[in-house]
Amino acid sequence: MTNPVQALNSARVRGWLYQALFLACTLAVAWYLVSNTLTNLATRGVATGFGFLHREAGFEIGESLLSYTASDTYLKALAVGLLNTLAVSAAGVVLASVLGVLIGIARLSSNWMVNRFATLYVETVRNVPLLLQLVVWYTIMNRLPSPREALEILPGIFLSNRGMKFPVLVEHAGHGWVLLALVAGIAAAFAVVRHGRRRREATGKPFPTLPAAIAAVLLPPAVAFIATGAPLAFDVPALAGFNFEGGGSVTPEFTALLIGLSVYTAGFIAEIVRSGILAVPHGQTEAGLALGLSPGKILRLIILPQALRVIVPPLTSQYLNLTKNSSLAVAIGYPDLVSVSNTSANQTGQVVEAVAMMMLVYLIISLAISGFMNWYNRRVALVTR
Amino acid sequence: MKSHLSALAIAATLSVSALALSGTAQAGATFDGVKQKGYVQCGVNLGLYGFSSPDDKGKWSGLDVDMCRAVAAAMFGDAEKVKYTPLSAQQRLPALQSGEIDILARNTTRTLTRDTANGLNFAPTNYYDGQGFMVSAKLGLKSAKQLNGATVCVLPGTTTEQNVSDYFRANKMTFKPVVIEKNEELNKAFFAGRCDALTSDASQLAAIRAAEVQNPNDYVILPELISKEPLSPAVRQGDEEWTNLVTWVFYAMVQAEEKGLTSETVDGAMTSADPDVKRLLGVTAGNGKALGVEENWAFNIIKQVGNYAQSYERNVGAGSKLKMPRGQNALYTEGGLMYAPPMK
Repeated sequence: MTNPVQALNSARVRGWLYQALFLACTLAVAWYLVSNTLTNLATRGVATGFGFLHREAGFEIGESLLSYTASDTYLKALAVGLLNTLAVSAAGVVLASVLGVLIGIARLSSNWMVNRFATLYVETVRNVPLLLQLVVWYTIMNRLPSPREALEILPGIFLSNRGMKFPVLVEHAGHGWVLLALVAGIAAAFAVVRHGRRRREATGKPFPTLPAAIAAVLLPPAVAFIATGAPLAFDVPALAGFNFEGGGSVTPEFTALLIGLSVYTAGFIAEIVRSGILAVPHGQTEAGLALGLSPGKILRLIILPQALRVIVPPLTSQYLNLTKNSSLAVAIGYPDLVSVSNTSANQTGQVVEAVAMMMLVYLIISLAISGFMNWYNRRVALVTR
Repeated sequence: MKSHLSALAIAATLSVSALALSGTAQAGATFDGVKQKGYVQCGVNLGLYGFSSPDDKGKWSGLDVDMCRAVAAAMFGDAEKVKYTPLSAQQRLPALQSGEIDILARNTTRTLTRDTANGLNFAPTNYYDGQGFMVSAKLGLKSAKQLNGATVCVLPGTTTEQNVSDYFRANKMTFKPVVIEKNEELNKAFFAGRCDALTSDASQLAAIRAAEVQNPNDYVILPELISKEPLSPAVRQGDEEWTNLVTWVFYAMVQAEEKGLTSETVDGAMTSADPDVKRLLGVTAGNGKALGVEENWAFNIIKQVGNYAQSYERNVGAGSKLKMPRGQNALYTEGGLMYAPPMK
């Protein structure tokens, strides 16, 4: 390490040097691209900067988790779009996982019908472009009857081409207590599960974990509900003017997008689950059987822990895909981040800024998902000695 | 190596002398660029019947397309020297800003922001439009004021989204928008009853009704026009010659209508005694030189494309499926807004 030539021969120093050179090149290219864009925009007289975010947006958004009106700013409009993206992605991830696991297990079923149905599902769904599927689901939604001829599928629940309308609970002071009791119940359930495991590990005696946990979750809210006088009043949707008034609703756009994304992604998840389970050698199952474990316990204690190790990384990329694919929403009118950004960009003419923000937001979402999944993967991964 | 160097030196000298000359002889970059490549690159709608739509042989026609053809006729004496770039509402402004197209003739509303912050210049309005609402006749509505609580289908990326919000806010009404990017999907959603009303420029509503409805009487366009939509061709800022040419090409079409010159009668008009007609057709020289084109530029436009009335009737008026009355698009002498400044 005494003279520079020797230092250059050291793998560590060279490694750092190349990394630094690469970083410098990347930064130089980035700087060139940004400054070139800014210069060109300036010479063409196009406004730049993010000042527009604080101007009044002036357009309505069809559905919003925040209270939003046309007199709010572009920033708030974009927040509405972002929340809509997150909402449909989160619901999609859950639904696609459930459906994917079911189909994946069904593909391994020894029942010919179940097995073939699952195969047909996977092959169809994976090979038809998602955009096409979304349009099909949306067309189906639009084929439902008009609000005046809405189907009442259950008392108070109406289905029409304006979406599903359902009764919602009218807010009452007692509900806060019920919610609080529910949180306490969940905490109690965790304690019960932990206690059960400790006792089993210490004494070898089984503990009725599941019934105890369910009781711990459900009892406190039930007590609180009765104690506050059982406040149950519903806001039931009713026809008024053009559409239903009151109650809650799920729009056809959200439903079509959610179904489309879930059904599509579930096809891929099913294959991942199937291959994950197949990756566990059959000898493991036989060993479990030899120990006298039930099939459920074999799956839960032996197969799944090993399968998860294979499943989680590709599952992560499916979750990322689902989130990114939600940007196809604009084709069927769900006001997601891309839809709102496009509108903002077109009204202000500041396309570069809008696209840059979209890229940044999707990058952050993707990194967050893969960060979480990597953490989870490390937790479930087998520790080999 | 030496030859490379001397080539470089020659190139440098040439560009320096070109720069030195640019103050006097050279026109703007767009004008020169168009002249050099020999055709006009024209940004048009993806397909809007009456304004710009391709037929089954891929030949474009429409009121906006005629604007491109007229510019080509003035520049090259041949209305066919146009290449078309179909653009969505969202692609159109960046396509013009980035130089992908030379002229944007795509039912674009002239607004202050676009004129200033977006770096564009606008030629005169070639169609005065206004945003309206179309509803199913079954609803029995007489006025847009009855739309409180309605669900409204809107095409994104245009001024329409803001206009409809402004209108409902001003009239203390509420609505739910359904915003779908693709025209076909939006129209399908509306005709399937997803929305109570479809909003867009009145001309577009008429075009959609003409193209997609079996019985046009099943749908009504409500009388209120809630905005001013002066649809105008646009060019990039920073090339006066090009802006001037596009501007006066349109005025030439209006002037031709004022003087009663059509593609059929223009040959005979070359011997006209009217000094205005003589100047327009280049019999009296001067206008062409001022615009940097041949003196018979306007003759070529009228001969090959027609005057404004001919273009209007053929594409959106009585001769088309749209059957839009001239209304405010009539000449000023007939109560409309079309007016050509003196061409002298």
